[in-house]
Amino acid sequence: MAAVTRFNLLAKPNIGGALPVSLQLHRFQSTQPTTLGTPPPQTKTKFGPLADKDRIFTNLYGRHDWRLKGALKRGDWYKTKEIVLKGPDWIVNEIKTSGLRGRGGAGFPSGMKWSFMNKPGDGRPKYLVVNADEGEPGTCKDREIMRHDPHKLVEGCLIAGRAMGAQAAYIYIRGEFYNEASNMQLAISEAYQAGLIGKNACGTGYDFDVYMHRGAGAYICGEETALIESLEGKQGKPRLKPPFPADVGVFGCPTTVTNVETVAVAPSICRRGGLWFASFGRTRNSGTKLFNISGHVNRPCTVEEEMSIPLKELIERHCGGVTGGWDNLLGVIPGGSSTPIIPKNVCDDVIMDFDGLIAAQTSLGTAAIIVMDKSTDVIKAIARLISFYKHESCGQCTPCREGIGWMNKIMTRFVKGDAHPSEIDMLWEISKQIEGHTICALGDGAAWPVQGLIRHFRPEIEKRMKLYAKLASN
Amino acid sequence: MIRAPLVKALGALGSPTHQMASRAVRTSAMVAQTPAKAPEKIEVFVDDIPVQVAPGTTVLQAAAQIGVEIPRFCYHERLAVAGNCRMCLVEVEKSPKPVAACAMPVMKGWRIKTNSDLTRKAREGVMEFLLMNHPLDCPICDQGGECDLQDQAMAFGSDRSRFTDINYTGKRAVEDKDIGPLVKTIMTRCIHCTRCIRFASEIAGVDDLGTTGRGNDMQIGTYVEKLFLTELSGNVIDLCPVGALTNKPYSFVARPWEIRKVSSIDVLDAVGSNIVISTRTNEVLRILPRENEDVNEEWLADKSRFACDGLKRQRLVAPMVRMPNGELQAVEWEGALIAVAKAVKAAGGQIAGISGQLADLEAQVALKDLLNRLGSEVVTTEQGFVQGGTDSRANYLLNSTIAGLEEADAVLLVGTNPRYEAPLVNTRLRKAYVHNELQIASIGPKIDLSYDHQNLGADAALVKDVCSGSHAFSKVLEGAKKPAIIIGADLLERADGAAIHATVAEYCKKLKKPNWNPFNVLQNNAGQVGALDVGYKAGAQVALKAQPKVLFLLNADAGKVTREQLPKDCFVVYIGSHGDNGASIADAVLPGAAYTEKQAIYVNTEGRPQQTLPGVSPPGMAREDWKILRALSEVVAQPLPYDNLDELRNRLEDVAPHLTRLGQLEPAGDAGAAGTISKSIGGGPIDVQLKELKDYFMTDAVSRASPTMAKCISAVNKQQRENEAKQSVAI
Amino acid sequence: MRRLLQGCRSIHMSSVLRTGGQMDACAMRDMLKFEFSEDNQRRVKALLAWYPEAEWKGALIPLLDIAQRQQGWLSISAVQAVAEIIKVDPMKAFEAAQFYTMFFMKPRGKYVVSVCTSTPCKLRGGDEIFEACKKALNLVHGQTTPDMQFTLKEDYCMGACVNAPVLAVNDDMYEDLDEKSLADILAKLRKDKLPPAGPQNGRCACEPKGGPTTLKTPPPPPGFMMQDLPDPKTKKKCQ
Repeated sequence: MAAVTRFNLLAKPNIGGALPVSLQLHRFQSTQPTTLGTPPPQTKTKFGPLADKDRIFTNLYGRHDWRLKGALKRGDWYKTKEIVLKGPDWIVNEIKTSGLRGRGGAGFPSGMKWSFMNKPGDGRPKYLVVNADEGEPGTCKDREIMRHDPHKLVEGCLIAGRAMGAQAAYIYIRGEFYNEASNMQLAISEAYQAGLIGKNACGTGYDFDVYMHRGAGAYICGEETALIESLEGKQGKPRLKPPFPADVGVFGCPTTVTNVETVAVAPSICRRGGLWFASFGRTRNSGTKLFNISGHVNRPCTVEEEMSIPLKELIERHCGGVTGGWDNLLGVIPGGSSTPIIPKNVCDDVIMDFDGLIAAQTSLGTAAIIVMDKSTDVIKAIARLISFYKHESCGQCTPCREGIGWMNKIMTRFVKGDAHPSEIDMLWEISKQIEGHTICALGDGAAWPVQGLIRHFRPEIEKRMKLYAKLASN
Repeated sequence: MIRAPLVKALGALGSPTHQMASRAVRTSAMVAQTPAKAPEKIEVFVDDIPVQVAPGTTVLQAAAQIGVEIPRFCYHERLAVAGNCRMCLVEVEKSPKPVAACAMPVMKGWRIKTNSDLTRKAREGVMEFLLMNHPLDCPICDQGGECDLQDQAMAFGSDRSRFTDINYTGKRAVEDKDIGPLVKTIMTRCIHCTRCIRFASEIAGVDDLGTTGRGNDMQIGTYVEKLFLTELSGNVIDLCPVGALTNKPYSFVARPWEIRKVSSIDVLDAVGSNIVISTRTNEVLRILPRENEDVNEEWLADKSRFACDGLKRQRLVAPMVRMPNGELQAVEWEGALIAVAKAVKAAGGQIAGISGQLADLEAQVALKDLLNRLGSEVVTTEQGFVQGGTDSRANYLLNSTIAGLEEADAVLLVGTNPRYEAPLVNTRLRKAYVHNELQIASIGPKIDLSYDHQNLGADAALVKDVCSGSHAFSKVLEGAKKPAIIIGADLLERADGAAIHATVAEYCKKLKKPNWNPFNVLQNNAGQVGALDVGYKAGAQVALKAQPKVLFLLNADAGKVTREQLPKDCFVVYIGSHGDNGASIADAVLPGAAYTEKQAIYVNTEGRPQQTLPGVSPPGMAREDWKILRALSEVVAQPLPYDNLDELRNRLEDVAPHLTRLGQLEPAGDAGAAGTISKSIGGGPIDVQLKELKDYFMTDAVSRASPTMAKCISAVNKQQRENEAKQSVAI
Repeated sequence: MRRLLQGCRSIHMSSVLRTGGQMDACAMRDMLKFEFSEDNQRRVKALLAWYPEAEWKGALIPLLDIAQRQQGWLSISAVQAVAEIIKVDPMKAFEAAQFYTMFFMKPRGKYVVSVCTSTPCKLRGGDEIFEACKKALNLVHGQTTPDMQFTLKEDYCMGACVNAPVLAVNDDMYEDLDEKSLADILAKLRKDKLPPAGPQNGRCACEPKGGPTTLKTPPPPPGFMMQDLPDPKTKKKCQ
């Protein structure tokens, strides 16, 4: 579920005081000329395709050796010692310059998030927790990193950990990723043996441990506080915020929870420089990104591309186009299951980055693109998502526990058409009643697909109801 | 409307830190709280009214300060904040979504709107969701009429239902759980507020309740169909905002609007919990706790709550006199009193009186006055105490006070099991353990106190070790800011009780701090402190030694007096409410009133006098105890100088003025040995009488007569048998 | 290390479970006494070292997982045993065991076949795969075959959406399925053989079918485009 937590920040700048207001204001004031730690404004107007030399995940498809030997050959762990020795400020500054925003869905500026950890300490240890609980339908990017480029993540843990002064990193990986966890564990062991992590990591004098923690099947554990609860051996039920994890996180200590991809790109940014990373994508949407394109395309795939690449180009270039041609496109869910669907006319020229998709009333989320062609029963597709959210609701707070169940009941009837058109408005209202009223963002994540459906496919729903009524009266 | 009182919401233990009950979280929770130490107040606006609050105050608490009540289900000021019901959502200006008032600390300048459109809509939405799967079976629900969900649905809910899906798929149904003979569960009504779970793990200290499943299938349950057995289980009934957990013995008995409520005091232990007696047609239907911060907060122990059906059974309803054939026969009052008077006159001053567990202060004063007039000075309590140790009140009181124990940081328990002798004192100790880093050690058998403690052993010599400063725990006590040593009242009945008492009292002089008396005796009889206060001697043995010709047993039912110990021709008069041990050996039985039937003063273990009020009238010919004695005094021609309660209280004021200042506590000074200590410590291992839960339920005449208490014991035994069976079958 | 865990799953063939017909699950739960095997005790010890001493409870889920791998499913006594090791109340461990979907609180088949029917898989025929599985195994969601070989589950998102449709057999994922490859997999499982995991249509991983559109050049060598890092020692002095 990597998406949900971070996601809320994006669609609604200020949700629930997820961060102190002052910080958020800061984020939205950005485009000033380069001061230290601010990405420069982008002057390019065409984005993508990315050249192979600019790709970070060079073993995305597993065609090379993923073990330490292969990783070293591809440039991982190169001059890590020097980078670590540069110290937290340098690393955080480099990340700030790169304009990297969290890749788990919410898109919060990573440099700033990491810098929260550098407040004067009170003796408690600090932890980095890597969120590898990838379970949002459509999203499968972290899996590729962990099974084919695990050393990027291990090295990223060290660098990110150094940036926030953490003493250890826990990688919380979803339980279903058994083989991926196994690769990760081997990579960690190799790194320990080579002295890259552990006591005196890379010979820097800095002690840093990396541990794996396997989950056991709960999407909600991708929410950062639920993940922390789960890591503490409890049910994965999100905590109230405040206190934020940066104050009271895992085991009661300051913690930062970060997505796998965010951590894994950090070493490359530090090596090639923040400015290099910032040269891709539009201003405030910098970088390269792993896109998952699934559903009705000719060749579904995961691919690393430049941010701000147009959706159409992405699909045509890498996936062989929509099945039956672009005109056969019905709609696209652009960022994993919790983002609202957009219809074809919006897809025609939408740009795949944070701001571009907000303008289209949806969100980049995890950049997991689910393509649907005209053969799709879109009501059923969304209903399936709602039943997923019903299944994955932790049951802690009322609107999510009861509301999603109710939405699921209504959606199930909508699939058949066994409902009254006035119920469409009611469903909209119910989704609004859930959105923003829950402890975590899972409620929002369940409400948005329904809202997207009603916003763009209302005639479809009404048509089906009429058909059903006709059949029933006969 | 909302039962949970708001007044003390401030400074309650709920910090925004989620679920802080567990031991390990203790430290981190403390850390999380520390930033709130800056004393400077900040200004926020609740409905445009400025309020000055301390940093870290939640929105709900800030609103409470100006009397604005925010609806809530899951929030309870004595429990950790869960924030899961979402009923308390309120709008805060400039925040795009409503915030949970119970958990969100205010920030400077916030404008909180508790009655805006957004707030009302949020509440209405949450209420709609709560009612969606709620069965709405109010007509057959015991909570009806005193249900938070009902009240808040009326106040904040929508005026119509949109839940049309009931025509297609119906509502969620959840299987009921059998969690014991006291709490009835109708789990379909549950709204998952988790108050019961938090109570069990935080206050009661048993992690038996929890949630299973998730999402819409989440259920509250116990560990693998285990019973929820603790001495505090009844409190989850009060906490439950809906009718999911209800009072099993009270089920389908009455509606809240039919019953009359009387504020009174519980006497089944020496805590003096404040209670409300619910009555209808001269029958006690149930007992609820009444809030008193100094005594029971708002909790009530199970015996105090559920033993009330014992008030209707085994009652003495007519005076009785033992016939020559050895049988007790009911007679008129006149006949009974004349029979007693005859014996008294024949005794020629060789008379003694023993006051028991449930005897009230008025009756004790009347009995003492009467016996004095008849030329006897032998009035004693049934329970023993250090001989000659009753001169100073401090010798037999819980001097640190019940509420004071919350602040203790090192406690030594000597020969007492507060968990069952005084459950609500134990909750204070547990509170201090969870929130105040209290270190606890015990001398006595190994017992489960619901919190971690160090058992030093059962050897009586350990008392000497600790009090001489040579034991490791002495360092802890001496280093503590507020140390306390608590001695069980039963322990002091031992032969070396005086020595133990003196040793501890001496040591406590050393531990004493300004405004803090570390010496405590934990009494377990409600009638004990009052009797000692008005000059009773301690111990039935004193009375027996006098070889009385007439012996008055005032509610003395503990079975400490047997016929064999008495002279053959001794005439035993029993005055009391229940046909129990005392009545069985009596020659004349004079039926008295139980604590729900009289206005009477009881003094609790910390020395706080409080009075009961009559909820019902005594059954049959039974009368208030002091009136019986007054009538008897007339027959023996030694009339007592008071004809009504006021006059009796005036007399009491002469004897012990502090006991008429109801509800107030008088400082008692230092404890100290009176006279010489004849024996040294060394009377075998220290023991406690109530070791396990099953020992707890029946300890006095009322609870022994209660069928509910009997059910509790058999439930505990059954669970124990099952556990043993499981162990033996395990392969 | 995780790899090693795979070997220990023979216990769910034990006679106690085989005679399950006469006993209900509940009675069986209570009867099974659980102890970690020697190998697993070592694993448990190693795992606990990953958590701060006071926070051993963090190891709850991994420990339950080891217990489940040893026993084949998770009995109450196993939960109890784990709770004792990490010193939490059994109810807390039980709560967690009930919460996470990967814990089976009753005996399950040797092969747990979970078919993803979430939207991305559904779009590419996940429903059909699930129907085919139902038919082939004669099971519905959550059921186990009488011979305790197969348990069928309808699952939500395995995290391999670009390789849809997907099914998982225990820990291994089978991707890019069609009816034919599904039949092959089930046939092999019936013969007690675990077929090789991964995409079933010739893809290697998540690249587009028929060859990647990117990463066609060899990866650049170490230090490629490396920015100039001034000497850390001089930098340190500045700080």
